[in-house]
Amino acid sequence: MNRYTTLIQDGLWNNNVGLVQLLGLCPLLAVTGTLVNGLGLGIATCVTLVASNVTVSLTRHWILTEVRLPIFVLLIASIVTMIELMIKAFYYDLYLALGIFIPLIVTNCAVIGRAEAFAVKQPVDRAFLDGLMMGLGFTLVLVMLGGLRELLGRGTLFDQAELLFGEFGYGLKITLFENYRGFLLAILPPGAFFGLGLLIALKNAIDRRLARRATQPFSLAITQQQTS
Amino acid sequence: MYLDIESKTVLEVRIIRIATILTLFAILGSGLVTFTYQITAQHIAANERATLLRTLNALISQDQYDNDLFNDFIWVQNEELLGTEQPVILYRARKAEQPVAVLFIPVAPSGYSGAIRLLVGINYNGTLLGVRVISHQETPGLGDYIETRRSNWILDFKGRSLTNPNESGWKVKRDGGVFDQLTGATITPRAVVKAVHQALLFYQQQRPALFNKDNVAP
Repeated sequence: MNRYTTLIQDGLWNNNVGLVQLLGLCPLLAVTGTLVNGLGLGIATCVTLVASNVTVSLTRHWILTEVRLPIFVLLIASIVTMIELMIKAFYYDLYLALGIFIPLIVTNCAVIGRAEAFAVKQPVDRAFLDGLMMGLGFTLVLVMLGGLRELLGRGTLFDQAELLFGEFGYGLKITLFENYRGFLLAILPPGAFFGLGLLIALKNAIDRRLARRATQPFSLAITQQQTS
Repeated sequence: MYLDIESKTVLEVRIIRIATILTLFAILGSGLVTFTYQITAQHIAANERATLLRTLNALISQDQYDNDLFNDFIWVQNEELLGTEQPVILYRARKAEQPVAVLFIPVAPSGYSGAIRLLVGINYNGTLLGVRVISHQETPGLGDYIETRRSNWILDFKGRSLTNPNESGWKVKRDGGVFDQLTGATITPRAVVKAVHQALLFYQQQRPALFNKDNVAP
């Protein structure tokens, strides 16, 4: 197996930040009222993860064990502040929508978790890939949860996509149910918990089915060997 | 004795090394932030200004005034009528040196979940240019119809004044007034109607002082 394949599988599926590690639940539950909000925060978190993993990995020989945590916090806080300033300067409308959640990325324990558990012991290329895949896995969960809640709660998808994509975004909005009265619970905080619970259950169900399928041909092969 | 001194020096060396490394990382971190701030500061200021102007221009069109609206402002303070103990910024629109309108940001303190910040524009003669919501935390899908992107509810304020309707009409319909409320969320519109009414009262009390040219921002 390629030395990168495990990293990709872990980040996107086996060790997914949102569904398996259950880290970063605060932003995950707070901003996923719509698909676009989820996507926006997902991208910002992904960039943070990559930047922090690469910086930590590059400086790992200077990071002393006793003070590694303060150093991680320092680096992550600087990176998040930089990203916040950039979004404020170049995507101001998105900043207005996500503004208060961006500083919250600092408190997303997934970022410091990856620095501590992975980046500080690994070369830059692997740290980069790990950050990217963990970030993408998290984004995927944010997008799915946001989409689910928006669909149930408002009957639309990609509402306010113009915040992310500019003029082009106005055409993206899909109204699936005309005159939909809305399902308030999905948009309110409990909807986030229910939604996340459903996603985790779905992932576990898929895993179980895959495991069953993987063992079956194997046991079949054994019985064949015995009979022959 | 000898051993003690040696371990002490080792420890000191270690501490100094740790301190140096931490300092270097602190310098690196703040350096990066400073650098980003330097290159983004102008963009951010321009964005904030553009957003505010866009909001102001939603109430007053650009041909209605010819002064530098953005820089012609004063701070006013009135906890009872403006809903906050903080000073509130008040922009003054003029045309050919004649007062045209004021635009300011009072607070409706009694929303369903906290304060609702409004932008209220009032013509010189005391009729409303209009009202917009700047920020709120009302329940999504329930109390958020005060936003223009959810419904036209808030446009009903345009053209109203202290005499249209009269004192007793400045309430939502459920309380015997003239303003609509949507099912399920009466607290939100009640708070907004009250805040707009008080903003009008504030304007009526303070009008001469508000347009005074010498009365500029400190």
